[in-house]
Amino acid sequence: MSTKTSARAVRELLPSQAPIRFVDESGSAVKAPAGYHVPPDDLLRAAYRWMVVGRRFDTQATALTKQGRLAVYPSSRGQEACQVAGVLALRERDWLFPTYRDSVALVARGLDPVEVLTLLRGDWHCGYDPVATRVAPQCTPLATQVLHATGMAEALRRKGEDGVVMAFIGDGGTSEGDFHEALNFAAVLKAPVVFFVQNNKYAISVPLAKQSAAPALAYKGVGYGVPAEQVDGNDLVAVLSVLSAAVEHARSGRGPFLVEAHTYRMDAHTNADDATRYRDDDEVRRWRAADPLPRLETYLRGRGLLTDEDAESARTQGESFAADLRARMNADTEPDLLEIFDHVYAEPTPQLLEQREQLRAELNAQES
Amino acid sequence: MPTVSMAQALNTALRDALRDDERVLVFGEDVGPLGGVFRITDGLTRDFGEERCFDTPLAESGIVGLAVGMAMGGFRPVVEMQFDAFAYPAFEQIASHVAKLRNRTRGRLSLPMVIRVPYAGGIGGVEHHCDSSEAYYAHTPGLKVVTPATVEDAYWLLRDAIADPDPVVFLEPKKLYWAKAEAALERRAAAPFGRAAIRRPGRDATLVAYGPSVPVALEAASAAAEEGLDLEVVDLRTIVPFDDETVVESVRRTGRCVVVQEAQGFAGVGAEIAARVQERCFHSLAAPVLRVAGFDIPYPPPMLEHAHLPGVDRVLDAVDRLQFDDRPDVRHLTRGAA
Repeated sequence: MSTKTSARAVRELLPSQAPIRFVDESGSAVKAPAGYHVPPDDLLRAAYRWMVVGRRFDTQATALTKQGRLAVYPSSRGQEACQVAGVLALRERDWLFPTYRDSVALVARGLDPVEVLTLLRGDWHCGYDPVATRVAPQCTPLATQVLHATGMAEALRRKGEDGVVMAFIGDGGTSEGDFHEALNFAAVLKAPVVFFVQNNKYAISVPLAKQSAAPALAYKGVGYGVPAEQVDGNDLVAVLSVLSAAVEHARSGRGPFLVEAHTYRMDAHTNADDATRYRDDDEVRRWRAADPLPRLETYLRGRGLLTDEDAESARTQGESFAADLRARMNADTEPDLLEIFDHVYAEPTPQLLEQREQLRAELNAQES
Repeated sequence: MPTVSMAQALNTALRDALRDDERVLVFGEDVGPLGGVFRITDGLTRDFGEERCFDTPLAESGIVGLAVGMAMGGFRPVVEMQFDAFAYPAFEQIASHVAKLRNRTRGRLSLPMVIRVPYAGGIGGVEHHCDSSEAYYAHTPGLKVVTPATVEDAYWLLRDAIADPDPVVFLEPKKLYWAKAEAALERRAAAPFGRAAIRRPGRDATLVAYGPSVPVALEAASAAAEEGLDLEVVDLRTIVPFDDETVVESVRRTGRCVVVQEAQGFAGVGAEIAARVQERCFHSLAAPVLRVAGFDIPYPPPMLEHAHLPGVDRVLDAVDRLQFDDRPDVRHLTRGAA
């Protein structure tokens, strides 16, 4: 019996050798890569608007940490092309499994930004309804959500729904065992899930070179039989095009797909981090020059898809979005302390009821 | 009544759950055509098809993480961890997600899933095959932790666990898999989920046990009866939820209590039970609450395990120390004495 691996079967799994790109740093269109299509104009315009709003949201959230309104905020500044494309590639019936750094994506998905920030404000763990929004709680342990995404995809497949699941993960997360187990399970089950790696070059302080010796993280797909692609993560047109193709691949019953986007975390890991301890200014400057927002803006203007009024309108929308967020986040919340006993089990155990009464008595004593 | 083994009762419970609820799925390592290394899933793939009972890749975190997503998607997964110690790769999924998803989402998502774990020793298993891992799970809020000691409970507790809206870690005492009893599984006589059962009524002292230590406690009670001591045996059935009421009522009546567990004693479930009994029954107690447990060692090799496992003699020794002759146990008074 032959055990020789078909070279063609391997080639079909491998990503392009260079990241897929439609638009260069200056905003000029480059020769379109074979097999991929420029997304529709309306979608590109919507993406631009959400990137502007998303960046304004991100700046506002960072400001809210300084005012003590958020416990912490992990910025995704510089990753807006990934954040927005990851969501616009999905339909309403599709599921998203995000990480803690993907708040901008949830905003672009249409979630209430205050509910998105509940986790980081700290009045509960997850503020939105995962069932109604089809967005899983933002995951803080690394890579665990990728398995849940695979399970959800398998559930959709079994129920005969044509929904797809998008799992976000970072470069550091690809070192976790759950990432590898998820790729393996998804491939064996042919689950309709897209694994979207936002390679922003740092896992807190640890650079990619210390994270992985793979030629690119997208090459992690081939070992599991998962086809993969790599894409310029600061080129919205490319990310949206590649992710849309990946989603279509999954939706058509051909199983999972892995996409690695090369991007850069322009800010520190969180407001509590000091990035100057592990990376130099030159590097940050180089990446700021590759900012995805002006790149898309120049490209759209070049194609006549964006006017001054459009740009101004997006900017204004961002400002009012931030003002609304600011006002609502500056209102004090008074969480119901007794609620901590409510969602441990479907029905509280006798012991939890006792403890609830104990806390209630303590609170009453404080009031009187 | 037919004679049934615990393994058969568990198999029947899975079979009946698969038949009654199309959302129920069984998966794990070797659970398909092989029927599991202990044959608990025997014939399920044949009778319900690979869509309902299937083998997965060999990765425990993957199995549990997949089950989380499938439960979020409306299914009721019943997954098998092949052995107690092989479940540890799944611990992050269990502690951070299985146990917490309801809480994290403010009750908007629940995870009706069961993680079956063959556990504990007494079967001559080599290392990493005999751990008593119940304390890890019982210490994790959000999980229910169940362990049957009888054939009938194996069936009904598993049915209850699968029907439960919360995630359940279902610990199956390996050494009882082949224990047989006459049981009519279709007629429920088992206590409700969450309630302990008094397996043997008695007046002089209460032995609190669960899972593999229940038969040991019953045997000890029989031996003690020959010496004129009337011991009550309480089988917890569910470690979480914990049935304070039944335990406390029994100890207040008997005035003496020994907790029997196979797991190592330090920071174990028995320690929790002893503390709870002491807190609630202090004025009814005629003697300190004692624990009989495994030693605080990694589970020993097969030829040495009999020295580790709490047996009837060790239980009876503890009962002897319950101050029936009205003298305090010198071991509680003399530093360094045996």
